[in-house]
Amino acid sequence: MDVQITVNGVDHSSDVEPRTLLVHYLRENLGLTGTHVGCDTGYCGACTVIVDGRSVKSCTMFAVQASGASIRTVEGVADGDELHPVQEGFWECHGLQCGFCTPGMIMSSIALLESNDSPTDEEIRHGIEGNQCRCTGYHNIVKSVQYAGAKMRGETPEVGVTAEVSS
Amino acid sequence: MSTTSVMGGIVRRKEDPALIQGKGVYVDDKKFHGELSVAFVRSPFAAATIESIDTSAAEALDGVWAVYTSADVSHLGPNPAQVPVGALRPLLAEGVVKHVGEAVAMVVASDRYIAEDAAELVFVDYDPGEAVVDLKEAFTDAVKVHADASNTLLTWNGNAWWAGVIELPDPQPAIQESKLRDDAIVVSLEMTNQRLIPTAIEPRAVIAEWNDGYGSVELWTSSQIPHAVAGAIGITFGIASNKVRVVAPEVGGGFGVKLNVYPDEILVCFASKQLGRPVRWTETRREAAFSSIQGRGWLGTATITGTSEGKILGYELEVMCDMGAYTHNFTVAIPLLGLFVASGQYDIPTSYKLHCVTTNTMTTDAYRGAGRPEAAYYLERIIDVFSRRIGMDPADVRKANFWPPEAFPVQVPIGLTMDSGNYAENLDSLLDRVGYDDLKAKRDAARSEGRLLGIGLSSYVEVCGFGPSVLVGTAFSWASYGLPSAFNGSGVVRVQPDGTCTVTIGTGPSGQGHETTWAQIVSDGLGIPMDNIEVHHGDSLDSPMGVGTFGSRSIAVDGSATFEATGRVREKAAVIAGHLLEAAADDMVFEDGGAHVAGSPDRAVTWAEIALSAYQPHTLPEGVEGGLESSVVFSPPNATWPFGSHMALVEVDPETGDVDLLNYWATDDCGNVINPMIVDGQVHGGIAQGVAQALFEEAIYDSDGNLLTTSMIDYALPSAENLPMFSLDRTVTPTDSNPLGVKGIGEAGTIGSAQTIVNAVVDAVAHLGVEHIEMPLRPKRVWQAIQDARG
Repeated sequence: MDVQITVNGVDHSSDVEPRTLLVHYLRENLGLTGTHVGCDTGYCGACTVIVDGRSVKSCTMFAVQASGASIRTVEGVADGDELHPVQEGFWECHGLQCGFCTPGMIMSSIALLESNDSPTDEEIRHGIEGNQCRCTGYHNIVKSVQYAGAKMRGETPEVGVTAEVSS
Repeated sequence: MSTTSVMGGIVRRKEDPALIQGKGVYVDDKKFHGELSVAFVRSPFAAATIESIDTSAAEALDGVWAVYTSADVSHLGPNPAQVPVGALRPLLAEGVVKHVGEAVAMVVASDRYIAEDAAELVFVDYDPGEAVVDLKEAFTDAVKVHADASNTLLTWNGNAWWAGVIELPDPQPAIQESKLRDDAIVVSLEMTNQRLIPTAIEPRAVIAEWNDGYGSVELWTSSQIPHAVAGAIGITFGIASNKVRVVAPEVGGGFGVKLNVYPDEILVCFASKQLGRPVRWTETRREAAFSSIQGRGWLGTATITGTSEGKILGYELEVMCDMGAYTHNFTVAIPLLGLFVASGQYDIPTSYKLHCVTTNTMTTDAYRGAGRPEAAYYLERIIDVFSRRIGMDPADVRKANFWPPEAFPVQVPIGLTMDSGNYAENLDSLLDRVGYDDLKAKRDAARSEGRLLGIGLSSYVEVCGFGPSVLVGTAFSWASYGLPSAFNGSGVVRVQPDGTCTVTIGTGPSGQGHETTWAQIVSDGLGIPMDNIEVHHGDSLDSPMGVGTFGSRSIAVDGSATFEATGRVREKAAVIAGHLLEAAADDMVFEDGGAHVAGSPDRAVTWAEIALSAYQPHTLPEGVEGGLESSVVFSPPNATWPFGSHMALVEVDPETGDVDLLNYWATDDCGNVINPMIVDGQVHGGIAQGVAQALFEEAIYDSDGNLLTTSMIDYALPSAENLPMFSLDRTVTPTDSNPLGVKGIGEAGTIGSAQTIVNAVVDAVAHLGVEHIEMPLRPKRVWQAIQDARG
C-alpha cells in the first residue's frame, strides 16, 4: 500500500506491506534507527515517536495508519547543532546509561513538556510511566526533565553536572 | 599519582551525544548487504520427546531460504561455552526438550516477517513427559530432568568448597554446641528468593557474516563478553580465534543476561556459512523471557543462634538453588559467589550448604549481583528476625557482630581474605544522616495513629573485581572450553601522531560509562584533554584480550590496566619531552595538553610535538624506540570487597496491602571514586532492581513448566511512578588490590536493597504478628499476611 508520511519535516512516499509496523517503517524503510524496539507489546516505550503532536508507541501502529501524518523522531528534535533542551537535560543530568530507552524517553518528555511546561516531579513520573528504563532507576531522568523544563522556560536549571549530584 | 580535577570529578559522559540523538549503533541498527532473518521454533512443553519434525510446509513458503533442525547442526556439538557440570545445552533440541522455549528449529528467510510466518508452518510432533518445576520436588529426584542423573548437580559446602584447596574445620559441631547454651536463642526461617528475568531493554540481537574467501566470520552481538563469544565460535567451527571477529557495539543494558554465549550466536554463523549471506536474529521480548538466562531462584532456610545481648554464635544457611534445565557459562558458580559473602560484614561462625538443583525451566545464570543479593537477603533478613526476637535494635545487633576495622585484612569463614572495611563507621554515617532516632519516633507516632510505617535496614558486603589469576584459574576457569582463562584486565594507551589519544580496552560498557571513566584515568595521567581521548572497546580482534563486563569488575581490573599503561606512556613521553626541552625526564610535568619543566611553565612542549618526535625515531634520544603506546595486562592479587548500609522507610496501606516506598537512603563504600556522577547512577539503577525484586518482579512458572510472565505486561518492571528519589552518600575505604584503590559499584545497589525493603515492610506490620512475607511484596500478599496475623 502507498503511504505518504512526513518525518522530521521531510516528505516520504512509500509502498509498504499493510502489516508493516510504523517502527519498522521508520527503522528499515527510512533508516531512522534511533527509534528502538524493546518489547513488541506497546509497554516499554523505547519506540515512542510524536505523531501529529501526540506521543505514540510506534510498535503499536501500522505504517499505513500514519499515512498523512507528520512524525517527529529523536533524529529530528535538535536544531542543527543545537541540542533540544530535553537532550541537553539528559546529558547534563546523567539521565541515560545504556541509552536504549533514551530516544523514546526523550520523545515522551518532549510531549510532556509541550503540554505542561512546569511539571512537578510527580507529574514527570506520571508523564513517563509508559517508558521503561532498566538502568537509571528514573532518579536522574526526573532531574533531566526538570532541567529541560527550566531551559524551555528560559530559566537557569538548578540541577545538572555543575550541581551536587548526590542528594 | 598526580591528581587533577578530572580524577574524582563529575564529568559529562562522552557516550551521550550520540545516544541522545539516536545515532548510537546497536546490533539491530547495523545493516549488512543482502542479510537474511531468522525465527526460531520453540518448544511449548517443559519436558517432551520429539517424535518428528516436518519442515516441508515452511520450506515451501516464498522467501524461505532454509529450515534447520538438530539433524543439520548436531555435528557441531553443544554450545561449548558452558560450565561442564550437568547437561550441556545443544544448539537445537536433539530428540528431547527440557524447558518451554527451548529452540527446536531455525527458519531463515528473506525478512523477519516471512521467517515468523514460516516458523508457524513447522510441524513438531511432541510426546509430552513429566516436568519437574518445584525445587523441593526436584531435590527428591522423584522426577528427573535428565534421565540417569540426579537433579542435584553439586552442593557447595562453606568449609570445603574448593576440593583439595579449601578444607577448613567444619563449623557445625561448635554451632550445634552453642545451641545447647542456656542463653541460646535460635531463630530459623524458610525463605524464597524468587526467580527474576533480567530484562535489559534492548533484546539480544545477532548478525553474522561468514566469508569463505577470507576463511573468517564476523559476528555482531549484543554481548557483555565478545572475546568469549569469539572463543566459542572458533572452537565450534574448528577455526582459529584470529579468524573470528566478534563486535559488541552499543549494548542496551546487560545485567548478566548478555554474559552468556548463546546457541543463536553460533547458529547464525552456521547459517551464514551455509547460505553465503549475512544472517540476523533479533530476540522478541517474549523470547527474552525464556530463551535468555534468568536469575535468582533460591529456596532455603537461614538459622541464627545467638544470645539475648545480640551476639551471634552461629549462622547456618541451607538452600536449594534453581539451575534450570541446562548449565551455561557460570550457572553452578552463581551460588558459589553467594557463598563468598554469605557471612556478610560479620565475624560469625558459619555453615553453608548450597545445593545446585536442576528443573525443567530456563537456565539461571548471573543476574545483577549474581548470588550475592541472594546471600545478603537470607543473612540480613534473618538478622532482622533475630533482632526482633531478642527485642534489640537491628542496627545495634549488626554493630555487635561487625568485623572491626583493625581486623583487616580478614579471612572470612570460607577461607578468602577481605581487603578492607570499616563497617561501623559506614553504618553510623548512614544512621546519622538519616536521623535514625527521629525516624523511629516518626514511625512510632504514625503507628499510634493507625498508620503502618516501617523502617528497614541492611548491611552488605560484595565481592567483585574478578579476579585473581590463581583463584580464577582453578575455580572459575573458562580455559577448558577455549575462552579467556584468567580474568585479567587489559588496556592499550596510544598517543596518536597528532597528540590525541586512543585507548583500547578489553571490556566494554552496557551503560556503565567506560568511555568517560577511562578517559578520565588517561586524562589525569597525561594531561591530555578529555575531548582528545577516544576509548574503543567491544571488538574481539582489535581490543586487547579481555574477559568482559560483569561482576563489577571492569574498573578494578581493566581500569587498573589502563592506569598502568598510562603511566608507562607518561614515562616514555617524559624522556622525549626532556630531550626536546633539554631537561631531565624527571623534571617533566604533564598538564594542560603537554609537558613543561617543573617550575618553568614556559619551557613547554605540546603532546603533538612529543608525538611528532615519537613517530620520527631519528629525532629520539639514543636507545628510545619509536612510537608512543603501551599495552598492559593486569592481574589483581585479590578480589575487592565493597560494602555499605541501606535504609528504607515504607508505608503499608492496611486496607489494601499496598506498599509505598517513601524514602531510600544508601551509604555505599566502593573505595576511591573516579566519577561520582556515574557511581551514583550505578547505585540508583542497582537499588531500583533490588526494590523491584522486593516489590514487583517474579518469573512465574506453573506446575507444568509454562512460564506465565513472558511480556512486560505480566512481568512487572517498576515504572517511574513506583520509585522515589534515592538519597545517596559514600564512605571511602580504598582497596590495596589495585593501584586505583577502586572496588566496583555496578551491583552494590542491588545487593543491598531487596532485604532492606522487606525488612521495612515487615517492620511496618510486625506488631500485628507478621514475621515474614515472601517477595515480591505485592499488595495481595501483604494484605493476606496482615489478615492471617490478625486471625
